[in-house]
Amino acid sequence: MAGNTETIPTEVLWGGGQSPFSVTYGKMMMWFFLVSDALTFGGLLTAYGFSRATSEDAWPIGEQVFRALPGLEGQYPLIYVALMTFILIVSSVTMVLAVEAGHRNDKAGVLKWLGATIVGGFFFLGSQAWEWSHFIHGSGGGFQLAKEVTVTADNGEAFTLPKGELVFMDHHFGDAAAALADGDPNAVLHAEGDHISITQFGDHAHTAELHSLTINKYVENEQEVSGAEAVKLWNARSDVYAFGANLEDSEYAAQQTYANFFFFITGFHGFHVFSGVVINIIIFLMALNGVFEHRGHYEMVEKTGLYWHFVDLVWVFVFTFFYLI
Amino acid sequence: MERDDLIVNDGYAMAAHHSEEAGVAIRKKIWFVTVLLTLITAVEVAMGVYFKRSEAFTWTAIKWTFIVLTLVKAAYIVLVFMHLGDERSNMKKAIMAPYILFIGYLIFIAITEGFGHLESFTTFH
Repeated sequence: MAGNTETIPTEVLWGGGQSPFSVTYGKMMMWFFLVSDALTFGGLLTAYGFSRATSEDAWPIGEQVFRALPGLEGQYPLIYVALMTFILIVSSVTMVLAVEAGHRNDKAGVLKWLGATIVGGFFFLGSQAWEWSHFIHGSGGGFQLAKEVTVTADNGEAFTLPKGELVFMDHHFGDAAAALADGDPNAVLHAEGDHISITQFGDHAHTAELHSLTINKYVENEQEVSGAEAVKLWNARSDVYAFGANLEDSEYAAQQTYANFFFFITGFHGFHVFSGVVINIIIFLMALNGVFEHRGHYEMVEKTGLYWHFVDLVWVFVFTFFYLI
Repeated sequence: MERDDLIVNDGYAMAAHHSEEAGVAIRKKIWFVTVLLTLITAVEVAMGVYFKRSEAFTWTAIKWTFIVLTLVKAAYIVLVFMHLGDERSNMKKAIMAPYILFIGYLIFIAITEGFGHLESFTTFH
């Protein structure tokens, strides 16, 4: 279905009397922009690869970090990210259907599928907002060890944890420990032998007990440690805590790089999705007003479609290099 | 000079217009690619959950499988969804050459440098 040189209007021929690419100027420039934008994302993922390879500290792995689903207890490794990928693929499909409808000059079809694409874009942005929120809040937080400790996990395996290693608390106890770490005068620590608890006074006074701690939470071989062994870890804690992640602090690893890359790569991609949705809305309104009908072709839908598919294309790579590998 | 985004002649832009019958075939292809991309993603997630990273050899094979599957997905998106497969060969080459070069580099960084790190990690720990 390649363009036919003989039928090209003379105004758009190049100096040599040919149209080498046989596409309109606008579409070619969109492609050139997408190539350069791909280099930006490629640069980010390359930087991620280098940082990961040269990191002194353990690097968190995707299926351990991203395993929560909204409103559900339990662990579902990578299911949420897969769902986001699926949403983006489906919105790419509705976009290509809008382009196809445009080729038939079917205005109603363009509006229907472009509208669906915009809805899909908002769904993706919403899912990303939840993922960010979950990543920022964390799930219980952890503390660093002040000295080397040897403990026996619940499965009977012995671990020697170096100084500075992160040990993780459950959500309930972690929330109380966060108040304690903040120096909240209403949070009081009780320690009687093997029985550790934190009481928070105030309007909703409650006590959180230390039942178990988690080691290797975001790397391979995650284990629960409970009873006297957990108390041993608790007593070896330093005053360095981490709850969730932000630009200065991260519970996911001793280094900050992983969290920074998460924010930057998914944030940069999310910004692309956001601008894509805005562009799609503009094109939707133009189609609604009959601009393209008047023009006689829907190539503008095709050009924005290229941008939208590119956003999906980038996500495919982010999914592999950031979440899977 | 006239605006060249005003398509005077249907033959100018690739597939600027097609008939209802052609549309049916195109839509069929689109749904086929959709199902394929979804299946590949599901397989990738299942592999990531099922296989353990501590088994170095298996994990290397898994990593390569991920990369191959990703490239398959990328190829379908670019060639079918973005219609690059239907463009002129000149256009295809001008767009694909930088992509292919850079993706090769990216894979080299992710795999080779990653292995280098794994080696030094196992040597010094």
